[in-house]
Amino acid sequence: MKGRAQRTELLSALGFLLPNFLGFVIFTAGPVLFSLGVSFSNWNLQQTIPFQWIGFGNFVELFHDPQFWLYFANTGYLMLGMPVAIAGSLFMAILLSQRLRGIVVYRTLFYLPSFTSGVALMILWKALYNPDFGPINAMINGVTHALHLKATAPQWLLATKNLLGLDVEQVRMVSKQFGLGARDALILMGVWIAIGGNNMLLYLAALTNVPQELHEAASLDGAGKWASFRNVTWPQLAPTTFFIVVMSFIGGLQGGFDQARVMTAGGPAGTTTTLSYYIYTKAFEEFQIGYASAISWILFAMIFVMTLVNWKYGSKELNY
Amino acid sequence: MDSRLSQSTQKPFNVVAWWRGSSRYAVSYLLLTLLALVSFAPFLWMVLASFKPLEEVERLNPFPTVWHPENYVKVFKQIPFARYYFNSVFTAAWVTFLQCLTSAMAAYAFARLKWKGRDVVFRLYLATLMIPGVVTMIPNYALMVKLHLLDSYQGLIVPSAFSAFGTFLLRQFMLTLPPSLDEAAAIDGGSPWQIFWDLILPLARPGLITLAIFTFMGNYGSFFWPLVLIKSEHLRTLPIGMLFFDTNYGRQTNLIMAASVMNIIPLIILFVTSQKFLVRGIQLGAVKG
Repeated sequence: MKGRAQRTELLSALGFLLPNFLGFVIFTAGPVLFSLGVSFSNWNLQQTIPFQWIGFGNFVELFHDPQFWLYFANTGYLMLGMPVAIAGSLFMAILLSQRLRGIVVYRTLFYLPSFTSGVALMILWKALYNPDFGPINAMINGVTHALHLKATAPQWLLATKNLLGLDVEQVRMVSKQFGLGARDALILMGVWIAIGGNNMLLYLAALTNVPQELHEAASLDGAGKWASFRNVTWPQLAPTTFFIVVMSFIGGLQGGFDQARVMTAGGPAGTTTTLSYYIYTKAFEEFQIGYASAISWILFAMIFVMTLVNWKYGSKELNY
Repeated sequence: MDSRLSQSTQKPFNVVAWWRGSSRYAVSYLLLTLLALVSFAPFLWMVLASFKPLEEVERLNPFPTVWHPENYVKVFKQIPFARYYFNSVFTAAWVTFLQCLTSAMAAYAFARLKWKGRDVVFRLYLATLMIPGVVTMIPNYALMVKLHLLDSYQGLIVPSAFSAFGTFLLRQFMLTLPPSLDEAAAIDGGSPWQIFWDLILPLARPGLITLAIFTFMGNYGSFFWPLVLIKSEHLRTLPIGMLFFDTNYGRQTNLIMAASVMNIIPLIILFVTSQKFLVRGIQLGAVKG
């Protein structure tokens, strides 16, 4: 009797799972295996060269591909905005966590950029960054003119310069490349979008869960605001911070495609081409499916490592 | 009349106490307002630019000397903007409906039914959340070519109709409902489908609404997939239409800004009407299973 009841329960469970599971097999599991297989081949959609299994050929070629390393460096450079955005999110969350009047209005305004982010906002920022007609340079020129400074405003999306002085053709630093350019412009926009977004809301939720007694105890011990933050709030927020950092890392590794396609076409001189944009150009412009799949698996491997780190060291119950 | 009440309401207004009370927060308000300005300024510029004649966009005057609402009409004349709107909303609505249905069914199997191997299969589902889109994108494109679904609504909708994240989110939600509910309904002779449809689904409504908003938003702004899939102009969604409007029609910044404003208005309406569900959903989505 019991065995039969279990069997009917299993059957109905299978029925409920079936639609989702079919979709999962067709559009996720199947493609992952397919992609892995293809990464060991020279498959080219234009079929100008005969199909061949080439073992680790793509990965060996990738290792010696100078462009791959440049775009890898670009991807890393664009992730430099992460700590700024995360610290900013925390700062905003702390401001918002005070019981002040009109806080919902502020929260909404902070959240607006991340909520509406997408092609429309990228097109907007392209106009804002326009070196000749955009309002950002108009303001910079206004200020330098008023102060009689002899400074030229940055060329933003048109410049290969950057704050680390990274060279264009090699992964190294040269002083003539020092300045503000396309990559910095994308970082600035990224911080503007992300700072008041989901991470701020996560911090806000975590802050309301910090027990009030801890703060009271700290202030009884004579701790000031900063000491109370460092010794009470910050440790209590650690699981949230860890989660946010890992997720931002995973997002950052895959990021940069939309900006590159809409705002810069990966330029100037490839300086805003990230790994995901490189995969797109290889697969959909040069039709080298095998090679593109190999790059995507390198990305997957890095994300996998980050996920393992999260599983091993992340809080098991990050509950709100 | 209660004397204590009248006393407290007639207390004279103390300016010094009021100032001390609010000046404590003055710095906070100053910082909040400053940050809000930085957040909002680009939007303000966008709206003002969309009402200007082209030659004024490049000047520093914040307000248009003469307002040109007809810029918005011009957008519809130059490109099939209404068509893009329809395509975006149509595909996003279908994806949202299908994803909510398939996710809710799977979530029900994971959260409310007891079967052998359930937790193993669920962990497998969770593990797929880390698979990056770039890995599955190329094979899915090849699949669409094989199925002759390139350049079609079906190709835009079907691959997005299934979601591990949605299953996960709704499972978390359904786990919070008391298990005695299903048992009572089963004793009353309800079939699993009836219990799911008539009992659990209505109770999981807040979770469903949250998932629906996420899915709709994500799909409304989806860029990569329609970019590679769609070739004909009449099937373009808003982001793709905007991209080609920006690249093909040169520097008509005022019209492009008008199009951008119209692009984000549905999102703002959605946000204002659904803030409560959204904030809760983001916090729920961060909980690990």
